Amino acid sequence: MADFKINHREGEGVYVIELKGYLDAHTAPELENAFQRLLNEKKFNIIVNCRELAYISSAGLGVFMAYIEDVRKNKGDIKLTNMSAKVYNVFDLLGFPLLYEIYKEEKEALSKFKTIQKA
Amino acid sequence: MASGIKIITKTIPSRTDHLSEVRAFVSEAASAFGFSDEDIANISLAVDEACTNIIKHAYQNAPDKEIEISVIRNKKNFEIRIVDFGRQFNPQEIKAPDLRRNLAQHRRGGLGVYLMKRLMDKVEYSFMPGKHNEVRLIKYLQKSVSIARR
Repeated sequence: MADFKINHREGEGVYVIELKGYLDAHTAPELENAFQRLLNEKKFNIIVNCRELAYISSAGLGVFMAYIEDVRKNKGDIKLTNMSAKVYNVFDLLGFPLLYEIYKEEKEALSKFKTIQKA
Repeated sequence: MASGIKIITKTIPSRTDHLSEVRAFVSEAASAFGFSDEDIANISLAVDEACTNIIKHAYQNAPDKEIEISVIRNKKNFEIRIVDFGRQFNPQEIKAPDLRRNLAQHRRGGLGVYLMKRLMDKVEYSFMPGKHNEVRLIKYLQKSVSIARR
């Protein structure tokens, strides 16, 4: 069975989700629940750190698509960071870099959120 | 075999908790065939997408149906043939996803079918109404790889 884990961190008005393992049609509902909880708690500044994400299929990408609009309507964003080349390739094939902010390092996404908060 | 064709088959129940098993099965066969790590990753993702589509669309999440996955190899071609006995759905009608439009409409469909086309050299569907549906995913062994294997 696919191994998938989500860790949560929070600080300075930004919420960080760390993905670990294999994100496929079987494990995607876990990510869906995590986003739903954040939205319910009105946490809209979200960073998804993919450092330990080994695999993603379109079922996983679909979860990001399902929540980005709601998050942005509430003046927040979902920013993605620390992807391996293999995982980035899947996002890239589907044109995600045009619509999502993807950063090499989490701190870049964090400073982007801070700039907006100060403005 | 005189023809040089080798076939191995695996049957799984129509449940997403078996997708990792399918990926492992296909990755092992692709690796033995001599594909690069990138090709192995692409092939196993394409097969995952095909099986996910079958579970969701052909079987509409019924958990007790069967999916047959066969790996067919000759010298140059690596083909995965995936058979289901569920409803026919026609992926040919699915166009390249327009991400902006999909986002606005909260739609997620079509991503998997599009990915399969991008990841493989050839994707073919055939339908035997009332019997089975079949998708064939084909990858050719690149020249550079064959040279490296000599």
